[in-house]
Amino acid sequence: MARIVVDPITRIEGHLRIEAELENGKIKDAWSSSTMYRGIEKILKGRDPRDAWYWTQRFCGVCTTVHSIASIRAVENALKIKVPPNAELIRNIIIGIQNVQDHVIHFYHLHALDWVDITSALTADPVKTSALAASLSDWPNNSATHFKAVQEKLKAFVGTGRLGPFANAYWGHPAYKLPPEANLMATAHYLEALEWQKEVIKIHAILGSKNPHPQTFLVGGMSLPIDPDSQNALNADKLITIKRLLAKAQDFVEKVYIPDLLAIAGFYKEWAAIGGGVGNYMSFGEFPDPLTGSLWMPAGAIMNKDLSKLLAVDQQKIGEYVDHSWYDYSGGQGKGLHPWEGETEANYTGPKPPYQHLDVEKKYSWVKAPRYDEAPMEVGPLARILVAYAGGQKEARAAVDMVLAKLGVGPAALFSTLGRTAARGIDALLMARQTPVYLEQLIDNIAKGDYRIHNNEKWDPAEWPAEVSGYGWHEAPRGALGHWIKIKDQKIASYQAVVPSTWNASPRDARGQRGPYESALVGTPMAKPDQPLEILRTVHSFDPCLACAVHVSDTTGNELVRIKVS
Amino acid sequence: MSRPQEDVMPSGRFSVARLLEERGVSRREFLAFCSAVTAAMALPATMVPKVAHALDKVQRPPLVWMEFQDCCGDTEALLRSANPTVGELVLDILSIDYHETIMAAAGHQAEATLEKTITDYKGKYLCIVEGSIPMKDGGVYGCVGGKSHLDRARQVCGSAAATIAVGTCAAFGGIAAAVPNPTGAVGVTRAVPGATVVNLPGCPCNADNLTAVVVHYLTFGKLPAMDGHGRPLFAYGKRIHDNCERRPHFDAGQYVEHWGDDAHRKGFCLYKMGCKGPATFHNCPTQRFNEKVSWPVASGHGCVGCSEPQFWDTSPLYRRLPNVPGFGIEQSADKIGLGFAAGVAGAFAIHGAMNALRKDKEPTDDHQQGED
Repeated sequence: MARIVVDPITRIEGHLRIEAELENGKIKDAWSSSTMYRGIEKILKGRDPRDAWYWTQRFCGVCTTVHSIASIRAVENALKIKVPPNAELIRNIIIGIQNVQDHVIHFYHLHALDWVDITSALTADPVKTSALAASLSDWPNNSATHFKAVQEKLKAFVGTGRLGPFANAYWGHPAYKLPPEANLMATAHYLEALEWQKEVIKIHAILGSKNPHPQTFLVGGMSLPIDPDSQNALNADKLITIKRLLAKAQDFVEKVYIPDLLAIAGFYKEWAAIGGGVGNYMSFGEFPDPLTGSLWMPAGAIMNKDLSKLLAVDQQKIGEYVDHSWYDYSGGQGKGLHPWEGETEANYTGPKPPYQHLDVEKKYSWVKAPRYDEAPMEVGPLARILVAYAGGQKEARAAVDMVLAKLGVGPAALFSTLGRTAARGIDALLMARQTPVYLEQLIDNIAKGDYRIHNNEKWDPAEWPAEVSGYGWHEAPRGALGHWIKIKDQKIASYQAVVPSTWNASPRDARGQRGPYESALVGTPMAKPDQPLEILRTVHSFDPCLACAVHVSDTTGNELVRIKVS
Repeated sequence: MSRPQEDVMPSGRFSVARLLEERGVSRREFLAFCSAVTAAMALPATMVPKVAHALDKVQRPPLVWMEFQDCCGDTEALLRSANPTVGELVLDILSIDYHETIMAAAGHQAEATLEKTITDYKGKYLCIVEGSIPMKDGGVYGCVGGKSHLDRARQVCGSAAATIAVGTCAAFGGIAAAVPNPTGAVGVTRAVPGATVVNLPGCPCNADNLTAVVVHYLTFGKLPAMDGHGRPLFAYGKRIHDNCERRPHFDAGQYVEHWGDDAHRKGFCLYKMGCKGPATFHNCPTQRFNEKVSWPVASGHGCVGCSEPQFWDTSPLYRRLPNVPGFGIEQSADKIGLGFAAGVAGAFAIHGAMNALRKDKEPTDDHQQGED
């Protein structure tokens, strides 16, 4: 049986390796391995819990706000701190635009080249391209002149003979199905999205001082003062800029991203039956109401694709296995440990680099295997949308029904590679429309004279109990994210993050159950095994984020690292 | 380190001016870009024509962007570059032959591209490194294509004309190197002794400074002047405190005492909230971020000192710096930075921080920029 190795998986965050076995032109089995480890949670031990958001933010520079959010929520949960409404609303705006921007970048810059053959765009007719685009939306840049200009740029670029990041790819692969005009349209929007994302994320610079890695988060609130009469605070000038940028974000999602998504998906409907995966979905819910705390996107779990039954999520049912991960448990492997009890001793037993293959029968990844009630779970936009759909959330139902109707498919099509990619678009659409609501609430609150941004009551660690524990949840662009913290004597006693890509990229567990990537790859057809385009399609549909996925906490304080090279 | 331009540029018929023209960038926009980067490099306006002339003539050198123990934050920073169209083009003009986060090819095809570039352009390509390099246990804590980060760094940085270490991780080891440094993470200068390296620390680095270094290299055929930590003086020559818009409030004794108090709303000094501006060398106050929209102090949060070596172990976010002198612009980064770090270390996890500081003093087999 042929063994395919794809390493590095490019156009993702982090270092991911896929090994797969091929039989009769289809993937028979697959293994997902993360090949990079830093040990940040180990490093966190003994430090100030108020600093943890800044450290954990560095898990990832792509979903650059998400660990800050989960971290401050975990500490606030442990210390029972209620943040002022303005701080909650500012966080909601930051979360909303992070999701929208991240999804657009993923679609155009990380995922599109799996479906779009840029070289085919060279032969497109700009007039026909314009007609195609006009049939989809009234986006003003969809003129023949614009498409011709893009095509000329592309020709000049290719004419140099140096393709830079587009060199040596899979152009001309038989799995590419788009006509030249659709390829040109998507290429033009690839370039437009590059400009757009820089603009809209300035909302983070206004509310967070910079992006990536905004720097205004605080345990207890935000550090951005509010005062309409100060030039050094959030004032009318800045609020109106945010409003304009949110409108720009929504406009692009509605008039470019969604139409492109639907048009491209229309040519690849066979992918609605490929890449299904584990069939279990989980969301932690997001966008707390600043007063009631109720969530706009609901939390919940769906098992075995059964949309008629939405289960409540109980954080006590989460456990992480290391049977196929390069760590040891003191009590032996074979059982999952809850994050509060999580222990980790790195113990690399893989092949000595340079190597050709991993020993997938044994341990083969730096990612642990988290399970919910013993089951592997898929998290991410698809899970979020399915949970909202099953929970009857009205905006989600309307958006999902619209997309399914336009594609002419039923809800079962969502359980697939194509469904995952479509759900990300639906997610972006919902958040692009909802984020301005939080801005309006913030403006109303400020108009009432409420300028509070921080709850100072427990800022001083002297006010803290000797020993507390807490957890913080967040729906990141890539899905359900949880941080668990134990604080002892004003210091971090243990810290554990179970992140979206830990769930999705997980290796097998004690019972041999595959993780979501592995499961989704089984059955995938490969037209040209030496050009693994189809593997990229399914893996990219999850939007992997591997630096996030690998982390370690160690509550023993012992020497962390031992090595046995096999 | 000074090399004539012809030595480091591969031959070809490419010129920046022609490429820009082909891509619809006007001469005026091009000159505006040259002015911006000239200003970023803290060069006088009279240098603009030289910068423009050099970019006009430059041949198209290849660039490879290596990601090791990284979070991709510096790549994201690049995507938010303040000189969008032309800035990207200048990097594009460099022909980014390898960059895992953006490249279309994957697996063997991606690795083949890297091999080809570093073979065909040995000694001539530019390398940008993001992320630290784990040295412990034979480098098992970071592998790509079955090869360790360490082996890849030695191979790729070792044969580059110059390596730009972007972000604090690539420059100094960064977060992964914080105590207890579980993976033995280090920056490029330690992992690849003898490589020609310029450090652009910051978490993430400011993409405008990256563009400026590249333009400086293309214009003058050498890397810019650096301080003892290998950081270009044009971007790291002055303390945040010296250029801070809130400096008058420091001098006047007007401080924020609580988050959200009246002083906070009025934009007073954040020193008492733990700002590390007095001990941090970086041009954030003038260069700012996201097309100059803001920077941390302007948004009400203190500087955390992210461009200083070992700031992870010496700078708890909200702890006040001890003994900040009111004036002292003339002090060098090396003296002042270490002095503050030692003071803070005394107040915080002593064993860890001192361990981190000791690393600087241990004799090593590499050549720290400025020490040799």
